[in-house]
Amino acid sequence: MTAIAIFIDGAVYASWVFIVALGLTLIYGVMKILNVSHGAFYAFGAYGTATLVGLWFEADLPVIGGFAMMIGASVIVGLVLGFVLERVLLRPLYDQDEVVLVLVTYAAFLIMEDLLRLIWGSDAYFAYQPFVAVGRTVVGGMIVSNYDIMLIVFASALGAIGIWMLNHSRFGHILTAVIHDREMAASFGVNVAKVFAVTFVIGAILGALGGAVTAPKVSVTPSMGVEVIVLAFAVVAIGGMGSVTGAIVGALMVGFARAAAVHLLPEIELFVIYAVMAIVLVLRPEGLFVRAKARKI
Amino acid sequence: MPKTNSIPKTFGAIALAAALSCAGGAQAQDTLKVGVVGFLTGAAAGPFGVPARDAAELMIEAINAGTVPAPYDSAGIGGLSVDPIYVDEAGGSATQVTELRKLVQQQGADAVVGYISSGSCLAVAPVADELEVLTVLFDCGTPRIFEEGSYDYVFRTAAHATMDNVAAAKYAATKVGDIKRYSGINQNYAWGQDSWNDFTAVLALQQPDAKVSKELFPKLFSGEYGSEISALSISRSDVLHSSLWGGDLESFIFQAAARGLPDVMPMILTTGETVIHRLGDSLPDGTILGARGPHGALANDTDLNRWFVAEYTERFGTPPTFPAYHMAQALLGLKAASDKAAAAAGGVPSTEQVAAAFKGLEFEAIGSTVSMSLAGGHQAISETAYGTYRFNTETGQPEIVDIVRFNAECVNPPDGVKSIEWLQAGMPGAVCD
Repeated sequence: MTAIAIFIDGAVYASWVFIVALGLTLIYGVMKILNVSHGAFYAFGAYGTATLVGLWFEADLPVIGGFAMMIGASVIVGLVLGFVLERVLLRPLYDQDEVVLVLVTYAAFLIMEDLLRLIWGSDAYFAYQPFVAVGRTVVGGMIVSNYDIMLIVFASALGAIGIWMLNHSRFGHILTAVIHDREMAASFGVNVAKVFAVTFVIGAILGALGGAVTAPKVSVTPSMGVEVIVLAFAVVAIGGMGSVTGAIVGALMVGFARAAAVHLLPEIELFVIYAVMAIVLVLRPEGLFVRAKARKI
Repeated sequence: MPKTNSIPKTFGAIALAAALSCAGGAQAQDTLKVGVVGFLTGAAAGPFGVPARDAAELMIEAINAGTVPAPYDSAGIGGLSVDPIYVDEAGGSATQVTELRKLVQQQGADAVVGYISSGSCLAVAPVADELEVLTVLFDCGTPRIFEEGSYDYVFRTAAHATMDNVAAAKYAATKVGDIKRYSGINQNYAWGQDSWNDFTAVLALQQPDAKVSKELFPKLFSGEYGSEISALSISRSDVLHSSLWGGDLESFIFQAAARGLPDVMPMILTTGETVIHRLGDSLPDGTILGARGPHGALANDTDLNRWFVAEYTERFGTPPTFPAYHMAQALLGLKAASDKAAAAAGGVPSTEQVAAAFKGLEFEAIGSTVSMSLAGGHQAISETAYGTYRFNTETGQPEIVDIVRFNAECVNPPDGVKSIEWLQAGMPGAVCD
């Protein structure tokens, strides 16, 4: 029973953290920006979902529409915030040092946190209706929420689409070229600025999507953006910046490590994720799926 | 060489300045500036800080107007109209020390009522004594304030958190029945760790054969409890203890209820009263709830309680929860002490006179009685209560039934005894009705 529980819990946690971390790894891989404001995209996605879903179910509309609201909220949030942030704050600073860009995204995060508070106040919101409406299933003698099963399916689909897109689509090939060598890609005629803008907006949408799928399970609170940044960073560091496969493997490692700790040794639950990250980085400093780069002179 | 007519001007300016400063000193004080400190931003704002601030606003206006029911129907505090200065408790302990100095030294606060976080309370208490400002701690839970320190100007008008978990264990022992296995899920910081330690110490006395099955300490503000709920589901526990609060508590309730956890083990939520109006029928029937004292739905039915609930509900659109009660209680305690000191002094009392009146004071709070009985008269004790939640589907209102009240001397350590030592010794000296 414990083994089944660890497997299910690990898969659910991995699915959730993969959705949250995917946008972060894409943005870093393409733009070499560690986007601290990813936490704010996540929070805005959650609050936007809580608001739209709340309105939807207050109007007694069909459950399936609630799920559409979640996707809709993350697209709107990602489009607006991602576009504004990239255009106004980041684009003028692309030729600056990476540290400067991290600081700028951190400042943007703080601004957006206050904006969130300005719009929604200090109260917690909830949008539990989609979570409750889909019911539960017994798996291996344990009751599992069907929402969590759907989360695993959704994350798997997202991962598959991400890998297919990067490997088989024209845009994916362009992204891969920019990830590996921005200057070489530009010399071949790739509009790197446009790729940056599109990638950042996609990353923002994915960050908001992470918040959107989380909202029905939790009480959406002002501090939720802060909590997720470090976790997403750990997953991305394990898998390697810019690698979708790496994000999948990193999420699985984090998910199963945490689930095992909670069941078997709860005392280490808090730091086991970061212990895994530390071990991986000691062995492979670039992450599992990113090759060490030769130094350019 | 100075101009010949500048010397009279200089002397004139000096004389004017002296006259103005003397004039300021000669004016009688007609307002009492009170700093009111609580979380207005961050995770603790919604469940604790905002209700407390709302209660402060309501109570201060009513106190100034003299519309609080008897025995508090005289206007003002110590004869003075209250002028509040609201301060956000966010930012950490070091920030709160700075804010306290600013309140007193720059903004002229005569008294301070505040502090939800135990970290804040521990940090500001010695500074309050240094500044000689009367400080009333209204909500923080750690027993360490007066068990590890002694202060002249600091008082706490709410019982500390030991009471919450002693009563929780006693209620569980009587209401849940024979407990063979039990588990806990508490946030991994001092509040959660201490709550669990106190609960297990008392339950071991009440039901010696009960064994701990799972003790889980998820990260503060984790929000995702899937693995924890799975672990608890297979733990075969008879009861679950939790001191989770705020968004963590609500998230846990949603996730646990969706997976049927409350169907297999009743949950004891020591701060659960804060969520009953927000969650309504999403909170499972049969959940055991505490309110850190006889507050909210657990309050005694008194004129003061009826007035407070009616006024608060009308003004803020929701009934008051325990943080609101704690704030109201602190302001009433300050008023009771100040009025007593003013009567003895025949005028506006000094800070030291109010502190002397506060020591050992017993006063009526909102639906309860508070006795400043511990720590040389600086730490309050009161009765407490636990009950079982039920959502009334006919009225559409939350209710707490099967209420059991525990008198103050039953669930609080005697004066001069440290809480942890009292529990470990088997609660000697406890007097239970």
